[in-house]
Amino acid sequence: MPGAIYAEGLVKHFKDVHALDGVDLDVPEGTVLGLLGPNGAGKTTAVRVLTTLLKPDRGTALVAGIDVLKRPNDVRRSIGLSGQFAAVDEYLTGRENLQMVGELYQLSAADSKRRAGELLERFGLADASDRIAKNYSGGMRRRLDLAAALIVSPPVMFMDEPTTGLDPRNRLMLWDVIKDLVSGGTTLLLTTQYLEEADHLADEICVIDHGKVIERGTSDELKARTGGERIEIVVHQREQIEPARTVLTRFGRDEVSVDAHTRKLIAPVAGGAKLLAEVIRELDDNGVEIDDVALRRPTLDDVFLSLTGHHAEGDEIVEDE
Amino acid sequence: MSASAEVAVRTAAPRSRGGIIQSVHDSWVVAKRNLRRMTRIPEIVIFGLIQPIMFVVLFSFVFGGSVLVNGSSSPAVYREFLMAGIFAQTVTFATAGAGAGIADDMHKGVIDRFRSLPMARGAVLTGRTIADLVQTALTVLVLIVVALLVGWRVHNGIPKALAAFGLLLLLGYAFSWIGALIGLSVRTPEAATSGGLIWLFPVTFISIAFVASGQMAGWLQPIAEWNPFSATVQACRVLFGNPGVSESHAWPMRHPVWASILWSLAIMIVFRTLAVRKYRSATA
Repeated sequence: MPGAIYAEGLVKHFKDVHALDGVDLDVPEGTVLGLLGPNGAGKTTAVRVLTTLLKPDRGTALVAGIDVLKRPNDVRRSIGLSGQFAAVDEYLTGRENLQMVGELYQLSAADSKRRAGELLERFGLADASDRIAKNYSGGMRRRLDLAAALIVSPPVMFMDEPTTGLDPRNRLMLWDVIKDLVSGGTTLLLTTQYLEEADHLADEICVIDHGKVIERGTSDELKARTGGERIEIVVHQREQIEPARTVLTRFGRDEVSVDAHTRKLIAPVAGGAKLLAEVIRELDDNGVEIDDVALRRPTLDDVFLSLTGHHAEGDEIVEDE
Repeated sequence: MSASAEVAVRTAAPRSRGGIIQSVHDSWVVAKRNLRRMTRIPEIVIFGLIQPIMFVVLFSFVFGGSVLVNGSSSPAVYREFLMAGIFAQTVTFATAGAGAGIADDMHKGVIDRFRSLPMARGAVLTGRTIADLVQTALTVLVLIVVALLVGWRVHNGIPKALAAFGLLLLLGYAFSWIGALIGLSVRTPEAATSGGLIWLFPVTFISIAFVASGQMAGWLQPIAEWNPFSATVQACRVLFGNPGVSESHAWPMRHPVWASILWSLAIMIVFRTLAVRKYRSATA
């Protein structure tokens, strides 16, 4: 039985750009799929097809069990979309924005009003609810946009790069909102350029590049493939490489690699900044002098490099009819 | 709100009512939104008012006295002649506003949001054009006051004058669908503003609005006389009882009220169909 979001062989070409080149997706109900890829990989095109905004050249898609091409309006009743740009009317107040969307979801005026009030409260916008959205901060607009997508508590949600351009504080706040939402059983497809974000929120990750899914798996599976976290140190003198290797081997998950020429040692680890502090202390106790030390987390670029052999820099796709 | 409360209301949107009732409801919701915007960006409404007033003053005092109307070069006669043209030009210039507004919505992703909602397909555009019609009607009201101040009068009674304003608003509404199509077809709001205006200059000037067609080059005369815009101007002059009614034998000049209605309906049907089709496949 297909999941809450199901796609088979989606193809969409814009002129000579293959935005989607045979994408299959299957997201079980109540889970989160992270669609990870660089700009122009086809993430937004996939979301637009699944949310009835764009007709694919080929392929089929079901959302909440409903055929996207055959019954688009029924799909629209079951989804919420939060786009890449906060699509709120900046000259309406937060409350007016939400009420309008509620009424266009065919809720009664009274229900729209009630839901708008609840969501403004929940997203920390109650104090700003009667101010026009033009005066909102970027983070507030994103939250308002997300609230608009949640007016009818749709069983299936799509978020296209929900945190791109947000500062870390607002990003964390939005992550909390998203986690809360998912714990209520909503199925979510989320696109992101950040491995960290997919790691944090998604049950399963699809890495997409040039319109193709090039890898799928849990975040751990992906990290295993890209090497995960590692500590990199540069010792001061060549003689200190051996004692440093001994220390790192004790903390490391895997074999320590050594470049004698640059006096650099790399150890795959799991344990983050806390572990890094311990390693430094231990090296110090063993009389190892360090020139440079870093904790490296795998980035999207690392994932791409290990999966495709090229960097995660796509050309911007100009979406055209 | 807690997660458990979220579960309790976990339902999709109610079943769409469909049909005409939903279309009217959704269009009204969108129109309400656009009217609210107007109250919050009053400068748009104010500029919309200044422009026609400026035209009245410029045309009256620059051209008045140099254009022959019914064989008279009296500035007072020209001002009475002029007003039907200014009214018609004003309602059609509102087109650019519709185009720019829709292009702006496309640009900001608001159209994407609307298109992802289970709403009536034409409602976003209908709501927009209806809000623009309200703004146009307000502009026309102010313009009437200015026209009365410069000496314009209606001579055939109020009912006929009201009928003329009905024709003007119908023309303006029809033209706003052309603006909607332009707004959906261009990439930026700026392009929609200039693109929405440029074509209006030949349409309003190659007409009987400001100069009688008899004073134009021969090859321009039939174009001016069959111009949909001219039909409404002629109808207004007839209904207002203003001077300068065209003596041409062209059918729209002989039956200006019918010609005005038919032209407006034809424009509305054609461009509404095209605009709604474009909207359905619109990509930001």
